[in-house]
Amino acid sequence: MSGNAARPESAEIWRWLAEVPDPEIPVISVTDLGIVRDVAWQDDTLVVTVTPTYTGCPATSIINLDIAKALRDHGVERVRIERRLSPPWTSEWLSADARAKLNAYGIAPPIGGTAATGQIANRIARLTGESNFVVRCPRCQSGNTEKISQFGSTPCKASYRCKDCLEPFDYFKCI
Amino acid sequence: MTSSTAIDPTAFAEWLQRVGDNAIILGHRISEWCGHAPVLEEDIALANLALDLIGQGQLWLGLAGEVEGKGRSADDLAYLRDCAAFRNILLVELPNGDFGQTLMRQFLFDSFHIELLRSLREAGDSRVRDIAAKAEKEVAYHFERSTDLVIRLGDGTAESHARMQRALDKLFRYTSEMFVDDKLDETMAEAKIAPLPSTLRPAWDRTLAHVFAQAGLTAPDEAWRQKGGKNGVHSEHLGHLLAEMQFLQRAYPGARW
Repeated sequence: MSGNAARPESAEIWRWLAEVPDPEIPVISVTDLGIVRDVAWQDDTLVVTVTPTYTGCPATSIINLDIAKALRDHGVERVRIERRLSPPWTSEWLSADARAKLNAYGIAPPIGGTAATGQIANRIARLTGESNFVVRCPRCQSGNTEKISQFGSTPCKASYRCKDCLEPFDYFKCI
Repeated sequence: MTSSTAIDPTAFAEWLQRVGDNAIILGHRISEWCGHAPVLEEDIALANLALDLIGQGQLWLGLAGEVEGKGRSADDLAYLRDCAAFRNILLVELPNGDFGQTLMRQFLFDSFHIELLRSLREAGDSRVRDIAAKAEKEVAYHFERSTDLVIRLGDGTAESHARMQRALDKLFRYTSEMFVDDKLDETMAEAKIAPLPSTLRPAWDRTLAHVFAQAGLTAPDEAWRQKGGKNGVHSEHLGHLLAEMQFLQRAYPGARW
């Protein structure tokens, strides 16, 4: 059995991972996003369990490479990244800190409880103006905004526009 | 334990290909809009939909390869099978038509897809449950979007209404294939892995009635039903789609980067 001295403690590994930026939204880290689900040693291999945000997100493989590289840079020689699908990732896992960072960066953070449910009756109520939720402009904080598209520049974002300062902005999709 | 009842791996893998091929083929079809949609936001939305579906297809086909146990990867299944080995329904391989037809197809499929994935929460195989739970979140989002747009365009201008009704008239005959039960479906239902497709139909019918009432559209009577894709009997359109989708692996076998 290899010595424990060569195996940094979990708390330290989490601190290192907290410095690995998301490749598409570099102001937040992979731990801010909530996608690192576990770190554990299996003999002399560090197993990092990561869950994808979206099944087809092209950043997933880059994130895995970035995590492995960061850990190697900290002296961890053997790293294995494992994918875990369950429980599926939810934007609820974004830390409060991450939400503040997103807002400061110009991306409106997800609003809890607004995830798509596929319940058509609710959707139609929302379309007709009832039960609408307010996405605040990250630039001027106005609530006078409108959705331009349900999708945006990455799988995790939708496109909005502020009707006061007239700037378009991204909204971090709630799922 | 991953499976509650022993099931023939060939049957299980074929069923997984049905689910995965629907996602991969529709994802590829939608990706054809990239750079061609009527407005930039819709172009981005369609590309994102394609990405989600291709991602889901990759998970389903990856599991199909694992269950089959012949060492085939998701990529092998996507790029190295020929038409007759694909198990997607005919609806998803049809050409895109105009934007209205693409949206109507998406709505008809999303409203079925969400019911399938919800029912797979009860699947007696944890791998199927996990993929379905992940996909369900994405598909709920797709379904809400296609519902919005079908209502807006159906209840929009005379031109948009006419195009949506025309799309519905053209596509509706391809929808009953989603709900046909065959021997493989019965095997899967007996193994408690998947529901019989016919059991998903009442909820789908309710969704359509609700949405079409808002959109001012009328579903035609199903005089003639087109089916065959689930058993590998495809339209001529699939071959053309595969010729493009599989070109690289056909021209440069084993290419990697």
